[in-house]
Amino acid sequence: MSTLTDPSAESFRLSMLVNDTRYRSYTFQFIALLCIIALFSYLGVNLVQNLRQAGLNISFDFLGNPSGYDINQRPIEYNSQSAHFRAAMVGILNTLIVAFLACISATVIGVFAGVARLSPNWLLRKLMSFYVEAFRNVPVLIWILIIFSIMTAALPAPNAFRGENPTASMLWDAFAFTNRGVYAPKPIWLDGSWIVVATFLLSVVGAIAYRRYATKLLYATGRLLPMGWPTLAIIILPALIMYYLTGRPIDLEYPALKGFNFQGGVNMLGSLIALWFALAIYTGAFIAENVRAGIQAISKGQTEAAASLGLRPNRIMNLVILPQALRVIIPPLISQYLNITKNSSLAIAVGYMDITGTLGGITLNQTGRAIECVLLLMLFYLTISLAISAVMNLYNNAVKLKER
Amino acid sequence: MTRATEAFVRHQMLPQVPPPSSQAGIVKWLRENLFSSIGNSIMTIASFFALWWALDAVWPWLTNGVWTTSSLSQCREVLQGEVGACFSVLAERWNQLLFGFKYPAELYGRPTAAFLLLFIAAAPVLFYKTFPRYLLIVTAAYPFIAFWFIWGGSILVPIVAALGILGAMFVFKKYGNQNFATGLFGGIAAALVIWWLGGKIADAMPNFLALQEVASRDMGGFMLNMILGVVCVSLSLPFGILLALGRRSDMLIIKWICVLFIEFIRGVPLITLLFVANVVLAYFLPPGTSFDLILRVIIMITMFSSAYIAEVIRGGLAALPKGQYEAADSLGLDYAQAMRLIILPQALKISIPGIVNVAVGLFKDTTLVSVISMFDLVGMIRGPILGSTAWNGVYWELFGFAALLFFVVCYGISQYSQWLERQLRTDHR
Repeated sequence: MSTLTDPSAESFRLSMLVNDTRYRSYTFQFIALLCIIALFSYLGVNLVQNLRQAGLNISFDFLGNPSGYDINQRPIEYNSQSAHFRAAMVGILNTLIVAFLACISATVIGVFAGVARLSPNWLLRKLMSFYVEAFRNVPVLIWILIIFSIMTAALPAPNAFRGENPTASMLWDAFAFTNRGVYAPKPIWLDGSWIVVATFLLSVVGAIAYRRYATKLLYATGRLLPMGWPTLAIIILPALIMYYLTGRPIDLEYPALKGFNFQGGVNMLGSLIALWFALAIYTGAFIAENVRAGIQAISKGQTEAAASLGLRPNRIMNLVILPQALRVIIPPLISQYLNITKNSSLAIAVGYMDITGTLGGITLNQTGRAIECVLLLMLFYLTISLAISAVMNLYNNAVKLKER
Repeated sequence: MTRATEAFVRHQMLPQVPPPSSQAGIVKWLRENLFSSIGNSIMTIASFFALWWALDAVWPWLTNGVWTTSSLSQCREVLQGEVGACFSVLAERWNQLLFGFKYPAELYGRPTAAFLLLFIAAAPVLFYKTFPRYLLIVTAAYPFIAFWFIWGGSILVPIVAALGILGAMFVFKKYGNQNFATGLFGGIAAALVIWWLGGKIADAMPNFLALQEVASRDMGGFMLNMILGVVCVSLSLPFGILLALGRRSDMLIIKWICVLFIEFIRGVPLITLLFVANVVLAYFLPPGTSFDLILRVIIMITMFSSAYIAEVIRGGLAALPKGQYEAADSLGLDYAQAMRLIILPQALKISIPGIVNVAVGLFKDTTLVSVISMFDLVGMIRGPILGSTAWNGVYWELFGFAALLFFVVCYGISQYSQWLERQLRTDHR
């Protein structure tokens, strides 16, 4: 906002730089620029002096040195002889894994709780508002630590599963909940499994095509084809048939107690579970509020108008309310995803080796390269944030109300 | 035709009959709210069982709680295998949980007094309609009193700090009306002169009305969370307003400085900023200087939250109709007047829910300092208390207590903000 005064005939005087609103803004900007430059050069000079005193320099060579530490969850090949850079890559993948898992579960929990808060059922409504308030108002770090202590202190040790009358037993002989993590069956891809996977992917494409066709037919002729069951059938049936035709190429490897610990299957560490569940439940409470606000933002007139057109309740929800509510819900939802990614840095509190635990934790402590490590760490999170914001802007432009 | 064959005509009203039992009272309520359809009934029963299951697990644990033992093994002896909580840890470590393990025990009264004063100081701001305006003096004086109570030292230090600010305000009032720049720079100069002179005096008389000094690194427990939360929220409000105004400014350089700062801070997690405070910041300060970790953390958290508050306030500014800006211009107000008298009061009012959300989030985030080995409430629990031989393994009671403390504060704040929103609603609905 600028305030303009009448242009005056008098010539430019130095005092106008301070007193004339036309020129004052230049003075302010100049001063601000000077201050920033002064601040940065001051910090820079201090940095150079400090580094010289400590006999250090800024260099990223340490990333190529052997890391010398182990990581308990390795999505890619890694051992203690690998470079620090590879440790950071493992950390990045671990961050993405937990963020991805938590985003999906938080959305499911949040949408359910948000819709349930609007349900006509009094008890369910109250339970869900209790859930939302209880989790929104307590730090996520405390939830992470609580779930982590359940995982490590309350669950039985692997040797409790041993013997004639074990004190603990596996769930459906497939899942073992131990204080060393959760063991679950792992799929084994035998020869020919790619055919099943390819069939599955193709049938997903087919299902989408069917839905497109049904919508087009509806708009063109008014004939309504069933949507739900056929979609499900198209997705599942061909893959299932192909699975048996090719002789069941996908097998499951069940975890089994061997020696002191379970072998085989997938081992999900207690720290992963703690982080995943805590982030999911905590952020789910926020998402529930977003969902509720989004649905409530649609005026009641929309529901009534749709009802007066003769639509049934579930069609009102699918065709009228949800498309409008999603426009309100999705932007805050995406920023919640961003929050999950940033909050996953709390992994360091439970020893889950994400990027903060590897690059910002052990690598930093071992090499003493604080500036470089923290800089890289910030760059990583900044990249993720900017990428997610870019996606959000694209989406916002796509669904923006087209007003004329 | 005789009268007897005439149709019956009632001459009095029937007495009112109560509605059928299915249409009134608790039955009607149950039907409408819990059993209106089959699906609804199933959900009710499922919720009821979930509730029952949770209460069944928690209730005996709560009521069987042991409060008086001095270690977990004694708790187990008392309980003899029954389910029950070991609340004795809270009783025994109460002071540690609240004040940390280094704050001198004989001085606990001081932070407690500062905490109680906080309510008196906050009341005139929070309930500005009930309390007279002159009580705002208490609010203005509170930061200095609280500093003196918690950190101790000579009373001259906070007095000189306050005098410097007063002097700056005085000079600005006197000269700022004629010429903004003169007032501003004059005010800053006055403050610096007073602080320099006052610093000499305070150094000369370190024992003048002095309380026992407590070093910053001795702060801990929930007190540390409160200090960080209150200080950082109050500091980040003015910075947030400035950043928001800067981001919406016409001056390109200032705008871009603000945009870069805000987007950078919002893009990184608080933990990385705390790492900066812990290990990196020292490299950027003159060699040989070292200031408190707590001060470095306060700077970083303030930067963090002012970026978030700036975005909330920017939303409020953007939500104001353009006519408000134009009306201010047409009245001949300059930028500062227009902002102070017309734009900001409305924009801040719109932003209250957002600001409170940021404040609550920030207060919760103060627990993150336990990651850089400061002993706040969570740090105390994870470090000295769970690490001790007597209390190793008392997770539920301790974390439950921490969760309860944070819940009470955060829920209270959000309830207040909803109340305030209703108070400030000036449109007629």
